[in-house]
Amino acid sequence: MNKIKCECGHINPEGTVLCEACGKPVEKNQHIDGNDKGKLLNMRYDGSARRSQTYNKTVIDKVWNFFSSVKVGVWLIVLALIASAVGTIFPQEMYIPPTVEPAQYYRDEYGIFGQLYYQLGFHNLYGSWWYILLIALIGVSLVICSIDRVVPLHRALKNQRPKRHEVFIKRQRLFGQTERVSNTDMEAVKENLKKKNYKIYEDHGHILAEKNRFSRWGPYVNHIGLIIILIGAIVRFFPFMYVDTYVWVREGETVVIPETEQQYYIENKDFILELYDPNDERFSEAIQQEGGMVPKNFQTNAVVYQVKGDTVPGSEPELEKIKEGEIRVNEPLKFNGFALYQSDYQLNEFKSMSFKLHPKNNAEDVIGAFTFDMTDPKQEYLLENGYRIVVDQYFPDLEIDNGEPKSKSNYPRNPAFIFFVYGPDIEDREVSFLTIGANINPGNQNQYKLSLAGVEMRDVTGLAVKKDRTLPIFAVGAIIFMIGVVQGMYWQHRRIWIHPKDDGVWIAGHTNKNWYGLKRDFESILDRTSINPPEDQQELS
Amino acid sequence: MDFYTISSNLLYTAFVIYLVATFFFGATIRAKGSAQRTSRAGTIGIVLTTIGFLAQTGYFITRWIASGHAPVSNLFEFTTFFGMMLVFAFIIIYFIYRLNILGLFALPVALIVIGYASMFPRELSPLIPALKTHWLYIHVTTAALGEAILAVSFAAGLIYLIKKVDQSSFNVKTFSLEFVLYMIFATLGFILVTTTFNAMDYQVTFEYEKEGELLTSEYHLPAIVAPYDSEMVTEDRFSPLFEAPSWMEGQEAGRKFNTFIWSLMAGLALHLLMLLILRKRVAKAIQPLLSRVNLDLVDEIIYRSVAIGFPVFTLGALIFAAIWAQVAWNRFWGWDPKEVWALITWFFYAAFLHLRLSRGWHGEKSAWLAVIGFAIIMFNLIAVNLVLFGLHSYA
Repeated sequence: MNKIKCECGHINPEGTVLCEACGKPVEKNQHIDGNDKGKLLNMRYDGSARRSQTYNKTVIDKVWNFFSSVKVGVWLIVLALIASAVGTIFPQEMYIPPTVEPAQYYRDEYGIFGQLYYQLGFHNLYGSWWYILLIALIGVSLVICSIDRVVPLHRALKNQRPKRHEVFIKRQRLFGQTERVSNTDMEAVKENLKKKNYKIYEDHGHILAEKNRFSRWGPYVNHIGLIIILIGAIVRFFPFMYVDTYVWVREGETVVIPETEQQYYIENKDFILELYDPNDERFSEAIQQEGGMVPKNFQTNAVVYQVKGDTVPGSEPELEKIKEGEIRVNEPLKFNGFALYQSDYQLNEFKSMSFKLHPKNNAEDVIGAFTFDMTDPKQEYLLENGYRIVVDQYFPDLEIDNGEPKSKSNYPRNPAFIFFVYGPDIEDREVSFLTIGANINPGNQNQYKLSLAGVEMRDVTGLAVKKDRTLPIFAVGAIIFMIGVVQGMYWQHRRIWIHPKDDGVWIAGHTNKNWYGLKRDFESILDRTSINPPEDQQELS
Repeated sequence: MDFYTISSNLLYTAFVIYLVATFFFGATIRAKGSAQRTSRAGTIGIVLTTIGFLAQTGYFITRWIASGHAPVSNLFEFTTFFGMMLVFAFIIIYFIYRLNILGLFALPVALIVIGYASMFPRELSPLIPALKTHWLYIHVTTAALGEAILAVSFAAGLIYLIKKVDQSSFNVKTFSLEFVLYMIFATLGFILVTTTFNAMDYQVTFEYEKEGELLTSEYHLPAIVAPYDSEMVTEDRFSPLFEAPSWMEGQEAGRKFNTFIWSLMAGLALHLLMLLILRKRVAKAIQPLLSRVNLDLVDEIIYRSVAIGFPVFTLGALIFAAIWAQVAWNRFWGWDPKEVWALITWFFYAAFLHLRLSRGWHGEKSAWLAVIGFAIIMFNLIAVNLVLFGLHSYA
């Protein structure tokens, strides 16, 4: 490396634009920061030697230089912005109904554009290789940009001396000259600087007053936070880092929680759905507009059990209660790293139905009764006096399709039965077709009739089962990002140089943002002294 | 008087005070001396603004007492709160920079936002289970504050552009600037037509089928566009000219689209009327009033309000949002359109802040970016639910 020795004696690394110690422009490197003779100096990174601006020979240099450019970074951000927006034109695949074929759905719902959208893979845009690549490139840019700048900037700020070269002082944005300054004025200025919380460094009458240097590190801190968040996103690609599944539990039932290696069981003691009282004076108008039914609470009273000891295949495991609680929307139940969320429900599933057999015309004269338990359906039910019922067909969730009865699902939501009734005084058998609200006697020749005597209903709760080991990574990343962004945005690094010149002084000031604030600092620091306030040498208007 | 009535009156009071304060800030234009020097009119303006803000805070508190939950739970409440935060953000920036002219631009934006809010149903509504958590207050209030501070950069950007853009000829720049003003007229147009037809009690109902359910949509404006595949069931009303396209997914998309068209038309009428009266572009007519504005200072305000607003926005609209999403929907990020548009807003202002590092992006270009950023925020607040589907229950 060709070190650059400045006339002040400081040795700078190759590529330095402004001497780290005194700020004198290095003649041959002025093009790097676009400094024009006589015009203001570009103070962006204090004229320090950045790798990206110094070497451009090998492939590594070129890659490094590409990613260390802020321009490239901004372009990547803009591309990610546009891509993200495109993904919201039509719903993503995860938000379309799960039962339909995506190709057909997009064509039917959104026509030719939908079809194109699907064919381009935009229906799954945020999971596409190119979107992930784009975000990854932003990550690479973040790392390289930061390293390229933070190291030399740190060097430059560490090596800076109170005594600066005249050219450096003169070519600051805020610069002022005063012909004659008394010692008392200088003391007053120093006193005022201290009052404004500036740290003062002195060298033979040259003064550097500085404050909030830490805010210069804000951008790099927040970039570290972002990188941690991106690492979290990468880690999330590994399935063992999280559990994301679902369990339906009927009231009174205890079932194993999936993906817990058969270790945990959940019991649904009660599912509660509460609605707002439509007569509540405060909300009556709004409730009326919503059609009178505004849910107030979805809640599962649940008990979580853990298996005690070793399980023997084929035998019931021994369960130990570890947690009991109420699960509501926004109030998950947590146990050993897992969380159960109230996600869905099904009201009034049939648990059991009781029937009675009686002569067709006399419902009071009960011959026998039986209960059909949905959780334990039997083929045959024996009644007294030699009567017996055979379940020919059971439809848990009846639907009539082209005149044919069939079951929509396995859940007893709309049960229907075809019963055969046998008895001592029945020739062959009698057929009864029972549905909710109907009792069909196909041949219309039955002597006996089966009637519904009672039902037991219960609710089903749908719980999401979650465990996410990546959450702490995201949390740490977010906290670091916030610290960095606040550090960089809410404080500003301000420096004031006082340079003795003959009988008077030159003063100059620099800040990385909020020039208005720096000017106000100057006003109060120079108040009641003979030193002239600096002038702003750069005006937009 | 119950708390609900008190709160409504306080909001009305705040609105009127902001309006009066705007006139005082306007009067500072004629005051002698630099635009930044304290003038009597400016002092009265900021005192009034603060009183108005306190009145609106009173509205917020009394409405909270009346309903039992923080009033940020529906479109009216949220948008009103956004207006209130706009005033708050303006007060903060005012006390940093003491630029009177900013009041003349920021307060009208807040007034229009509050006026817009009050076009939506204002009765107290109960909280559905998904909204029943402290994260509702934490997320919504922080996000609104962040967006409001960012919106101050829009007000400053507007000042910058109106002063800076050369109005001697009609070109892309002057047209774009005039278009920005037209959007403000369109919002005023929305308030105007909605109020007018509400006063006339106009009503027309449509029926349509969606996923096997028969739904009705009640318009309070004459129908220009009917809901997709619908039938008008009210008689003696103007028949609609056409139907909304089927891809408009949102709830009551037809009605909202109809309102949108009405707003654009009313805005156009208002704008044309202004052009007729002024006999020049509106921006050109305002330009001379800004002759004493220091563009450097305005540029600084554009940048500073983004710098101050960006962390607040990140915290409220992304981080708190993610925490709540984790608690309520058991995933912290799900690519819901509103989430994505918050991310887009964030990308946009991140790009803005990085562009400030390059020479040549200060001044006018920054001002245009501030305007575009505000458009993105407004798109997310208003339009996402009109044309896109989503999980967010309002706004």
